[in-house]
Amino acid sequence: MNIFPWYYSPARLAWRQLIHDQTKLMAAIAGVLFACVLVFMQLGFKDALIASAATAPKKLSGDLFLMHKQSEAMWRPVTFKRNELMRALGHSAVAEVSPLYLGLAAFKTIETNIKRTLMVYGFDPDAELFDVETIKNKRIELRLKNTIIFDEYSRPEFGPVRQLFEAGRTETEINDYKIQIIDFFRLGISFAADGNVVTSDLNFMRMFPARNPGDIDMGVIRLHPGASIEQTKADLDKQLNSFVNIFTFAELIEFETKYWTETAPIGFIFGFGTVMGLIVGLVIVYQILFTDIANHRHEFATLKAMGYKQSYFVRLVFATAFFLAVLGFIPGLILSIGLYHLAESQMFMPMPISFSKVMTVFLFILSMCFTAGLLAIRKLKDANPADMF
Amino acid sequence: MSPIIDVRNLNFSFINGEIALPVLKNVTIPIHKGEIVIMTGPSGSGKTTFLTIVGGLRQAIDGSVKVLGQQLINSTEQIKVNIRQQTGYIFQQHNLLKSLTAQQNVSMTLEMHNGMTEKERLERATEMLRAVGMGDRLHHKPDQLSGGQRQRVSIARALVGQPKIVLADEPTASLDKQSGQEAVTILKRLAKESGASILLVTHDYRILNIADRVVELEDGVINNA
Repeated sequence: MNIFPWYYSPARLAWRQLIHDQTKLMAAIAGVLFACVLVFMQLGFKDALIASAATAPKKLSGDLFLMHKQSEAMWRPVTFKRNELMRALGHSAVAEVSPLYLGLAAFKTIETNIKRTLMVYGFDPDAELFDVETIKNKRIELRLKNTIIFDEYSRPEFGPVRQLFEAGRTETEINDYKIQIIDFFRLGISFAADGNVVTSDLNFMRMFPARNPGDIDMGVIRLHPGASIEQTKADLDKQLNSFVNIFTFAELIEFETKYWTETAPIGFIFGFGTVMGLIVGLVIVYQILFTDIANHRHEFATLKAMGYKQSYFVRLVFATAFFLAVLGFIPGLILSIGLYHLAESQMFMPMPISFSKVMTVFLFILSMCFTAGLLAIRKLKDANPADMF
Repeated sequence: MSPIIDVRNLNFSFINGEIALPVLKNVTIPIHKGEIVIMTGPSGSGKTTFLTIVGGLRQAIDGSVKVLGQQLINSTEQIKVNIRQQTGYIFQQHNLLKSLTAQQNVSMTLEMHNGMTEKERLERATEMLRAVGMGDRLHHKPDQLSGGQRQRVSIARALVGQPKIVLADEPTASLDKQSGQEAVTILKRLAKESGASILLVTHDYRILNIADRVVELEDGVINNA
């Protein structure tokens, strides 16, 4: 079959009708663009959430991680006995174990004295639990009393800590306990904490006087080189009490991510926002196609009287939907890239715009427009030449 | 030779709920090849309804309507589409596509048929527009043309596919005397050249002079077939 009359011809007519009325075309493009930006932003926030949920665990250096089974996520851990972690040393593949203490604490901003909550990570500096150069380099200084390292990528509400530090103002309070900032590292914020601080296990206990060094939040296990992580995990699973979870590195990141996307309502909110964006876009495109058919029903009836078949008009409607999808998507993509940069600078969270995301959103928008087309084609039956002439 | 349009004992009623409103009563009329027939009659006499039945736009169920040898009574959609494709239709309003130029509008008739390149289509359309005196308005859109010019484009569109039958529904209704006369004269000349039959319904008595035969329809009944 000759492809020209089958698809090209109705598509060309659809195109000519679209560009004939440019005001209406602009309105239609704006509608698709709106849906497109909405979906991009929702997916962007969702991805930022997933990425930020794993910023801290991704920097941990260890082979296996112990957490209490009752712990929902790292930011709200349930403590377990340090003895439990020490028992892991009994396994021949285990090289070293170190406890990690976690706690949300009030950080007094240096200039305004306002207290904001941030996350405190406490561990033996020699254990080098964080794979971050500054922290490793400062392990000697971290052993001193009341010293901390501050996360430069904390939210700006904590004040210009870096500038103040360079001006010599390094002293402030965490949980009303006087501390010294000795250096900066870069981690980034998450939905749980607006800022981060790293300190020694001993200083951690000073900031959290109610805490007991015997009750730890997380245990980090390093294996001898060449030892099988999976095998050791299986062995430890049998040896240790059933109230601890043993995670590999990948499992820990998955556990943290899953908490924010599934357990916490945040993942749902962005999923919901995506669906809402598509529904709003669907309604807009449907309205456009519907009124478009209504406005052209005389012309369609004329073409029918000339011998054009119903299927020609169905293809015409879908071609219109396709053009609207493409014409709305391109400016939508450009605008979204700009908004991603803006959001990144405002939220201090990574918002990557990947090829797969671009494709996903395009497919969303395309199926949205086609669904609208599917709903609108029933209006075509109004274009009946017998009723019109 | 059998008539190209052969209507016998056609009855047609509009059904509105339980009430049937008869529009055409026992209409019998043959139209031969190359014949120009004008059907006149007051508004509401059923002229346009008759035209839409013959043109395959409306389904009738009682009587016999043979067009180009095909029975349209109780016909399938496919048969009606076939008839439409072989018929040139001229509407009361010009009914041109607003978004297309004169040339593209005329070319739309040819796009239904396979086996023609875009170039051939546009050449044929141009030729046809020249024949109706619109050769200098090929790339004008309908809203840049006068009423008479639009109707001439619409005549070109109806005739470009070289139909054996041209059906025209009050083609001069929205035109002044002079452009109306011009339009139908062009229509007549082209139809005679190509041997097409014309069935034209109108109540514009000024154009009856182009007809080979005039029939009058009154209250659904043919008075002088």
